[in-house]
Amino acid sequence: MSLPKPVMRGLLGKRLRFHLPIAFTLSIISAIAFKYAVTEPRKQAYADFYKQYDSVKEFNAMREAGIFESVRPSGE
Amino acid sequence: MIQMLHLTAGRVGSRLASRAAAAFSVGSARMASTSHAVSDVVDMSKPQYWDRRDIPLPDRAFKESLTAADQSLKQKEKGPWGQLTKEEKIALYRMSFCQTYPEMNEPSAEWKTVMGGIFIFLGITGLVVLWQSIYVYPETPPTFDPELQAKQIKRMLDMRINPIEGFSAKWDYEKGQWK
Repeated sequence: MSLPKPVMRGLLGKRLRFHLPIAFTLSIISAIAFKYAVTEPRKQAYADFYKQYDSVKEFNAMREAGIFESVRPSGE
Repeated sequence: MIQMLHLTAGRVGSRLASRAAAAFSVGSARMASTSHAVSDVVDMSKPQYWDRRDIPLPDRAFKESLTAADQSLKQKEKGPWGQLTKEEKIALYRMSFCQTYPEMNEPSAEWKTVMGGIFIFLGITGLVVLWQSIYVYPETPPTFDPELQAKQIKRMLDMRINPIEGFSAKWDYEKGQWK
């Protein structure tokens, strides 16, 4: 009946010392991963789209399709 | 409180009540299987004994009425503890506490009842929803027909919905087909 005395103090500190660096590292890694997997490609996609974008041509295509109420297709 | 739940389970005796009682006592004391008659009422104004993980020292000892042998052991406890044998120490422990922490923390098979109840009620809900879909819901609107859905898709493409990364970006406007 002589067990060693269990650890009574410093339990939260030990847990924090172990888990906080892991938590911070994982959070930063996930933020960096999100930036380079999602936001950078998205910005590039928008840039590429607008590089070759002719707004007048698009407007006329939409007009001919008949979706506007202010300008009807040129045939009418 | 646990005794009161025993009363409920004993008196009503339906699966519903015992499952509700089991749900209330999850994480707290392990329920003994006896159910008391109404006459065995607990005086809630006095300190209670609990077997709970978060109450390591309950408000009172487990055994209040000690036999003569127990009382003499309690007298011996007032002396140096090195003179107590192992069995005496265990007997003193059992006088103060009903269960040890490992006994208290033993897993039970309650989860099977809980999952079974969940699935049963999900099944009943499914039957109710099925009956509703036949006898309650009105006709689906004409806009759900495939021809009208195709018209809606065409209008979305004409309006250039999400042309960069979303809907219209997947449509090839030159060839008139999905990319």
